[in-house]
Amino acid sequence: MSEENGMSRRAMLVKLGIVLNGIVGAALAVPVVRFLLSPVTREWKFGYESWLSLGGLDQFPAGQTRLATYRNPVVNSWDGETGDIACWVRNVDDKTFQVFAINCAHLGCPVRWFPQSSLFMCPCHGGAYYQDGSRASGPPERGLFQYHYKIEDGKLLIRAGEMPTPGQPVANKAGGKTTCA
Amino acid sequence: MRLIHKIGDWFDLRLQLGTPIRETAGHPVPRETASWFYVFGSAALTCFMLQIVTGILLALIYVPSAGEAWNSLQALNHGISLGWFIRALHGWGSNFMVAIVLIHMVQVFLFGAYKFPRELTWIVGVLLLLVTIGMAFTGQIMRFDQDAYWGLGIGASIVSRVPVIGPWAVNLMLGGPIIAGATLSRFFVLHVFVIPGLLIAFVGLHLLMVLKLGINEWPMPGRIVRRATYMQEYHELTHKQGVPFVPNAVWKDILFSGFILLAIAACAVYFGPFGPGGQPDPTIIQTAPRPDFFFLWLYALLSFLPPSAETPIMLIGPAIGIIVLLALPVFAGEGEKSWKRRPIAVLAILLIAVALGTLTHLGQHTPWSPVMDAWSSEPIPSQYVHGRTALERQGALVFQAKQCHNCHSLDDRVGKRGPALDRVALRRTEDQLIRQVIQGGGNMPDYGKNLSPAEITALVAFLKTLHPATQAPARDASRAIALGASEAVSGR
Repeated sequence: MSEENGMSRRAMLVKLGIVLNGIVGAALAVPVVRFLLSPVTREWKFGYESWLSLGGLDQFPAGQTRLATYRNPVVNSWDGETGDIACWVRNVDDKTFQVFAINCAHLGCPVRWFPQSSLFMCPCHGGAYYQDGSRASGPPERGLFQYHYKIEDGKLLIRAGEMPTPGQPVANKAGGKTTCA
Repeated sequence: MRLIHKIGDWFDLRLQLGTPIRETAGHPVPRETASWFYVFGSAALTCFMLQIVTGILLALIYVPSAGEAWNSLQALNHGISLGWFIRALHGWGSNFMVAIVLIHMVQVFLFGAYKFPRELTWIVGVLLLLVTIGMAFTGQIMRFDQDAYWGLGIGASIVSRVPVIGPWAVNLMLGGPIIAGATLSRFFVLHVFVIPGLLIAFVGLHLLMVLKLGINEWPMPGRIVRRATYMQEYHELTHKQGVPFVPNAVWKDILFSGFILLAIAACAVYFGPFGPGGQPDPTIIQTAPRPDFFFLWLYALLSFLPPSAETPIMLIGPAIGIIVLLALPVFAGEGEKSWKRRPIAVLAILLIAVALGTLTHLGQHTPWSPVMDAWSSEPIPSQYVHGRTALERQGALVFQAKQCHNCHSLDDRVGKRGPALDRVALRRTEDQLIRQVIQGGGNMPDYGKNLSPAEITALVAFLKTLHPATQAPARDASRAIALGASEAVSGR
């Protein structure tokens, strides 16, 4: 066997080795990527949202806006307090409700309700909203995010489970049903 | 001594590192670079090493779990002997590291060090800036308190605005639907494994290039960098008039690094550790989240961007900034190095410094934000209620009760969101005041639905008294005539 032949044989084996590693690497990359994307793919499969109770209607007197909290439906045992989420419940007339996300529609900071001036104000960048959640002033481009709600057995239920963010299509779902004061 | 030599020889025969280390240490550098201006790179590296050591120490106690992180920080601060000091060293070390990296960057920019053949050294340096900022941001999340929680919310809200993939990117960033345990875990992984790994790799590359290409010579006005001749000129600078790096230049690096370590330790002892602030409980909404010092400028900028342009600026702005920094040596790889002949470079630095400084200052004072408790904590200055009529004083009550004070200052106190009202009666007539209160506008909510006619009358009566005693309030000259005419028509 000439030296050139020997060289090409070894070079071929090196190439074979590289190809083998490439195939194994690609095969291993599939589960790795699926593992990494699990927070996204889980949403495709089941979604994160479900109906949750905010408690009896008697906690939300007519004409008032009250803070309510719920335990997020998707939590782990080590999530601690971060699994508890707050929202604002406005009882318009005992039949119509509005449930606003706590997160400002600008950048997600917690808005506070001021009953005296009937405004929601955000402590971060100065966004303000009227009592029906519509934008009053400041940097937000839109009104507060709203949850879908329903009333069953004297309890107020909302459909929740995911932090609302400005780019999210679901964040806008209940926004069209704004009731004006 | 002979034994030590023998042991040293035993190791060197096997490691073969003695000669390369001696050659590296003694490599010639241009005489003028043995300067106090050339110490910031090594100081940044010293800070990084301090961060590695203190970071490992903190990881002995810290629990990266959303339910326990805050408690473990409290244990570090109060339960474990000198845990507070290690936390303070790590926190102050981080601030010093970001500051020194920025100073180092300004220095090499003004000294033209990014020009041929050190373009790649600059590009890796820009990557080092980005990973350093990445460490600062993820480190602020490790201090898992209210600021960290809502800071993640701000991050998620920005990420969600990316077209098409935004919502999925949010899930990926948070590790789930909400800010929770998975979120802290992935930021822990970034802060402790991924970014430090990148940082070590980039620092290695950066140093290797500094050694291979030689330190940038002191820029002389008129000494132009040309690709064809530069290598030869630099070789002459180093080999004919150069001095060995050790000891001629290195003593300043060592002294300055020691001084920086001392300053970090002094700050740690004197000011103590950063936080943690309130518990990361999202149902506690009485909070005004604020980022750490080096992100305050960004926080301020986000409140000033007009709503319509905000998303594109937020998403495209950083990309443009990074591309400009990366492309700088490609487009300005030759020419004058001295800052004395590069006025635009100097002006650019000044402009950026003034802009960042101003935004940081604003970020500390947040004038765009209503002062949430001003209406109940800040009284109306007594000179504005003294000797006023009952109606005017009732108006002052409305002013407080309807939280006007949260946004409007009186006597330069509290609310800066809207204009100060001390002289509002000079700027607005009675009718204009009524219209503004009812309809709002100019970024003020309308209060028409929220105030009764009696309250509006009282409030406007109060506002009409807000003018200096020596200046008459604004009045509409045609009002009396118009009202007179209408009174004439109605036959009164």
